[in-house]
Amino acid sequence: MRRFEFVIERGLFLCALLSVATTVGIIAVLAVETAAFLREVPIVDFLFGTEWTPLFSTPRFGVLPLVVGTTLVSLIAMLVALPMGLLSAIYLSEYANSSVRRVLKPVLELLAGVPTVVYGYFALLFVTPLLQQVFPNLAGFNALGPGIVMGVMILPLVSSLSEDAMRAVPIGLREGSYALGATRMQTSLRVVVPAAFSGITAAFILAISRAIGETMIVAIAAGQQPRLTWDPTVPIETMTAYIVQVSLGDTPQGTLEYRTIFAVGMLLFLGTFGLNLVSAWLRQRYREEYS
Amino acid sequence: MTNAMRRSLDVAFQALSLLVLLLALAALAALIVDVVSDGAGRLSWDFINGYPSRRASQAGIFPALAGSIFVILLTALLALPIGVAAAIYLEEYGRRNFVSRAIEINITNLAAVPSIIYGLLGLGVFVRLMGMGRSVIAGAATLALLALPVVILSTREALRAVPGSIREGSYALGATKWQTIWHQVLPVATPGILTGLILSLSRAIGETAPLITMGALTYVSFAPDSIWSSFTVLPIQIFNWVSRPQRDFHANAAAGILLLMALLLTMNGLAIWLRDRYQKRLAG
Repeated sequence: MRRFEFVIERGLFLCALLSVATTVGIIAVLAVETAAFLREVPIVDFLFGTEWTPLFSTPRFGVLPLVVGTTLVSLIAMLVALPMGLLSAIYLSEYANSSVRRVLKPVLELLAGVPTVVYGYFALLFVTPLLQQVFPNLAGFNALGPGIVMGVMILPLVSSLSEDAMRAVPIGLREGSYALGATRMQTSLRVVVPAAFSGITAAFILAISRAIGETMIVAIAAGQQPRLTWDPTVPIETMTAYIVQVSLGDTPQGTLEYRTIFAVGMLLFLGTFGLNLVSAWLRQRYREEYS
Repeated sequence: MTNAMRRSLDVAFQALSLLVLLLALAALAALIVDVVSDGAGRLSWDFINGYPSRRASQAGIFPALAGSIFVILLTALLALPIGVAAAIYLEEYGRRNFVSRAIEINITNLAAVPSIIYGLLGLGVFVRLMGMGRSVIAGAATLALLALPVVILSTREALRAVPGSIREGSYALGATKWQTIWHQVLPVATPGILTGLILSLSRAIGETAPLITMGALTYVSFAPDSIWSSFTVLPIQIFNWVSRPQRDFHANAAAGILLLMALLLTMNGLAIWLRDRYQKRLAG
């Protein structure tokens, strides 16, 4: 009996260890292929080169156009998701009564459950044509439409994590503010939001990480033209969209072009992983502040 | 500032916050109306039961639908036992030591890794290293790894919700730890575990990027008949259609989206039904 119990516990432990193996696997796969890639392309050319044409006859491997494309779309998404998410959170946490919140919150969270390929469709065939009526110069593929749609997709994440942080602020702080004659708006903006600052920042950082890693919206609606530009009206390409583009083609395994997707993937992984760590650390901090 | 000004500013701010929230919901409504108006006309039995074609009006979605269902069932078979086992270890056995703590932080981090990275992992490990090829099983294994963090986190919550008195009663009758977990704790936690599983699968079924990256095909004219078959899934088929310039194919994509959303709603409905049942049982 003892022996059986021991075997069970070991078995369960191995399953738990699989999650660590997954992380190790991700890093190993990316590292091996990236190392092979960097043996042929100097790391300085990769990180700081301004031309990305790996499929041309004279290939160039400067990743900056992809990085700038990713940053541009993420920036637009954040301009939508951060203010809107924060205001939604303030409404849900400080103004709405519990029955309104019970209805609005799950409906808002439906936005996060829509598959990203559906958002891609929406960005390409609804939002971009709509924007073209306002900006006639907007290309069919651009950074603006997918950026806005991505912002809408990420909004529930910002809203729900910010709301959690704001609700963790002790009620006594609000009562103190009301007692001094402050309105709800003043209390929200000058007491609750500053008190929940680390939690809200954690939500923002996690949202940025989500935007950087988002794939299908940009693969469908942003185009596949890696160019170094901050102009949101022309076709661009993000790191994720490039990985999809190569995966769809029939690039033979083991070639340099094939390895580029792992090198780009490594960059993507390091960037999002760093942001996730900072976000987790900030969330830990606000939990300690008020417990 | 006068009192009246502050009051009206407060009302204006409240209105603005609510307006922003409603704007987000309006975007959701616009998305649904847009897809329904584009795709409802294409949705028919022939479309659901048909095979891809070069002619948009004759193209069907059957191989992708069959592929999605096959892959997701296999994903569930892989993710459920491993995820539940890992959660049991962390919740019931794990001591507050360095190893458990490291595993927990690792799981939280994995939940935030972009899904396309899992595709590269699947390509490197399952497709190439383990020689599974671009098969249904390789796709399901990739999606299972993607779903695992959520399955583990929700299972832990379900286990935590089981009252301690049930465990104590079992121990008092002389049961061992594993007997207690297997015969008492797990049956009570099952609806909660299944709810978490279904929600994580409904996320996985909408995933496109990891499966494209691990090498699922975009044009498949047959339904997968074994775990070694090559395959495609609904989101990839939708992506394929939306990427074509012709309008007729866009209508197909919209119809495919409707089918995918119907599948998602069914799964979520099931999860909500299970959760209600669960809450009643614990209360009763």
